[in-house]
Amino acid sequence: MNKRKLQVTNFWLLGFAFALVLAGLFTVTVFAQDDMPTDDEVNAIAKELYCPVCENTPLDVCPTEACRQWRELIRKQLSEGMTEDQIKDYFVANYGARVLAEPPRTGLNWLVYILPPLIILLGAFFLFRSFREWTRPKVAETGAGAERSGTSSPAKDDYVDRLEEELKNRK
Amino acid sequence: MFAEFGYGVLLVSLIVAIYSGISAVYGAKNKSAAMVESARRAMLLTFPLISIAAATLIYLLVNNHYEVAFVYEVTSRSMPTYLKVTAWWGGQAGSLVFWSWLLAVFTSAVTLRKWDRDIEFLPWVILVSAVTLTFFLGMSVFFENPFTRFWLVGGNVEPSMFAPANATVFTPQDGQGLNPLLRHPGMVIHPPMLYLGFVSYVIPYAFAMAALITGRTDDRWIRITRRWSLWAWLFLSFGLVLGGRWAYDVLGWGGYWGWDPVEIAAFMPWLTGTAFLHSVMIQEKRGLLKQWNMILVILTYALVIFGTFLTRSGVLSSVHAFANSPIGPFFMGFVSLTFITSIALVIWRWPQLQAETEMKSMLSREALFLLNNLLFMSILVVCFWGVIFPLISELFTGSKVTVGPPFYERATAPLFSSLLFLMAIAPLSAWGHSTLETLGKAIWKSAAAALVVTVVLYITYTQNIGALVGFFLVALVLFATLNEFWRGARARQKTQDENFFTSLTRLMGRNRRRYGGYIIHISMALMAIGILGIEIFQKETQGTLAAGEQLDISGYTIQYRELASWNDQGAGVNYTRAIVDVYENGVYLGQLNPRIDYYFDSQQNMTIPGQRSTLRDDLYILLVDWQPVSTIGATFKIYVNPLVNWLWIGSLLFLAGVIFAAWPDQDPAEESARRTVARDNRQTSAAD
Repeated sequence: MNKRKLQVTNFWLLGFAFALVLAGLFTVTVFAQDDMPTDDEVNAIAKELYCPVCENTPLDVCPTEACRQWRELIRKQLSEGMTEDQIKDYFVANYGARVLAEPPRTGLNWLVYILPPLIILLGAFFLFRSFREWTRPKVAETGAGAERSGTSSPAKDDYVDRLEEELKNRK
Repeated sequence: MFAEFGYGVLLVSLIVAIYSGISAVYGAKNKSAAMVESARRAMLLTFPLISIAAATLIYLLVNNHYEVAFVYEVTSRSMPTYLKVTAWWGGQAGSLVFWSWLLAVFTSAVTLRKWDRDIEFLPWVILVSAVTLTFFLGMSVFFENPFTRFWLVGGNVEPSMFAPANATVFTPQDGQGLNPLLRHPGMVIHPPMLYLGFVSYVIPYAFAMAALITGRTDDRWIRITRRWSLWAWLFLSFGLVLGGRWAYDVLGWGGYWGWDPVEIAAFMPWLTGTAFLHSVMIQEKRGLLKQWNMILVILTYALVIFGTFLTRSGVLSSVHAFANSPIGPFFMGFVSLTFITSIALVIWRWPQLQAETEMKSMLSREALFLLNNLLFMSILVVCFWGVIFPLISELFTGSKVTVGPPFYERATAPLFSSLLFLMAIAPLSAWGHSTLETLGKAIWKSAAAALVVTVVLYITYTQNIGALVGFFLVALVLFATLNEFWRGARARQKTQDENFFTSLTRLMGRNRRRYGGYIIHISMALMAIGILGIEIFQKETQGTLAAGEQLDISGYTIQYRELASWNDQGAGVNYTRAIVDVYENGVYLGQLNPRIDYYFDSQQNMTIPGQRSTLRDDLYILLVDWQPVSTIGATFKIYVNPLVNWLWIGSLLFLAGVIFAAWPDQDPAEESARRTVARDNRQTSAAD
């Protein structure tokens, strides 16, 4: 009797396993039809995001388990039809602006974009003003006498003389 | 016993360094040659002292003294001896001692030179070195002591230098082991190279300060330190390149440079150092820009300390970590103090630093060098602000932000392109005066040739505008610079009756700095090819393959064959290695073996790519993941990095160029004879 009960159980087990396999096959086909996002599609977005826990590591190359799960999350969101911007917004909402490769263009963050060009322009302005100061009035005053070695006249392109002179004058 | 000894020696070194600085000032103020000599000898003494402290530390590292906290943190029993030695600079406490040791080496070397005519500089050079050395030794003695041991106090383990009451020394069985990423040969020599570069910039700075303090503000200090600056620049550049190569080989993201704050920290002094290298030539040739050169060398020194600070204080991970770490404020205080003092000195000597001549033309070489300086400074501004801004944001708004590669790439690409353009035209311009006409005459052939190259590339390789502009500039630099070699050698050949190659080698030998510089320009152009290639044309794909399955990318086919995983108990590593077959357009090219090494002691992974490298492109395969149960499937990430090899080829040529420029001249007698003859009314000296 025990034996028979076992057989019955076995039968049911076998049936259950068979059903599982069928279900498995079925789900696989379902996924295949749904077009699960590829690694490349996931990485394309992960590349633009930064790992919320590691310092300065893009999400697509971060080797930690946490980041692997975040990449799977992106895959799931993609398969649910979310756009790139929606996914990014989700990450910003949950982990803060630091997940973006660049500060969002709001408030204080504008400083990061405005200050460098401003300083560079200022530098260029001062340089060119100094140039004009240097070049304009003094040329007339001093003339050739104050010239240090290494100067040459541009009128005749005396390349050989110039080269020789520069070679001699090097220290 | 050894730990106390090492600490004691460090303490004595600190006292000697302080003494050296004080007696140097005292000697200079009271015109006491004996005191200055005493300071000099004290400075010389720091070298053997710190060497003994370092040797003690290495002894502890090599002999598994895990009761010492630093030894426990950076070594383990499974590490080979050479790695235990190099673990010296693998952690914070040890690397600070390394810094001090290098500084002692350089300062000793510089105090041993013949001072004859420059004796007035000596006390001040000693002072600046002593202050810097005191700072770094003080950091080791008070905050980051590498000799701290573990003590067992009532069941708790506490790190402390000296025995707390009722405590016994606690010795762990094994250490944590060095971070596997740092065990790569590139990483073994990358930090010493960077540090060599960092530390050697202290010497030009010390001389600059000495010049300001003594009021001897002619270009003597520049002449004395010219070779120092060049070697410093070489080490720093080479350190950066090695870092890039290391990142490419072990970091597993297919790139060499990620605009990471730590990388930028080392890049910033390089920017000012490079600007300095160019602008000192204007001072030597034309007596201009004295104030600016002072500012550049001060900036370089400040950025060297700041760079060490950025990487060591924890400020990059969070402003709060910075506030909590004892060394952060100490570092910041030192940077601010030295910077403000130096700038005050410049302002004090401002009138003496006036230009001797005037700038004549906007197209003269000195004017173009100034533009070069503006560009380097602009890149510096972008980098500095990018690194600092996240800290400011965290401080004021409490929210952290990332300033990543897109920001830096967008901001610096036009600046780097302009630098390439200048690199092509500046060597063709004349000192003093050039006109559009002379410049145009000198460049048009090179420009025409570069245009032809660009058109050919447009037809055969790419239609990407950015890439074409980049390639045009690279070609322009190459043609213009090679043409300089050609013109120079031809000109000499005509007058000297030599064959072309004799002319070329003699010409180059007679002006190492100039032609070394040109070689460096060519190497930069080659590196630019590699950078353009990987930045613009990099392709990547990722996929999970079962055995026998394939992935295609840019004409390559990668077929996964099998995977094996095994332990190497002796080395304490588990290796998982995949075998993939590589085909190009159906032709079998060979096998690649991407692998993941898992280090038991530090519990960290290291991803080693399988690489196939050609002049055209690199195939770079990473093993990302594999199925643990059986080896049925594995995930690979594959990059194709076009032209990246030119980056490394350029780096090697670069190294050759700097060594060529910095190599001491063979015949000093002939050298000085030529100098006396030279029609130059300024004071010069053969000593160098």
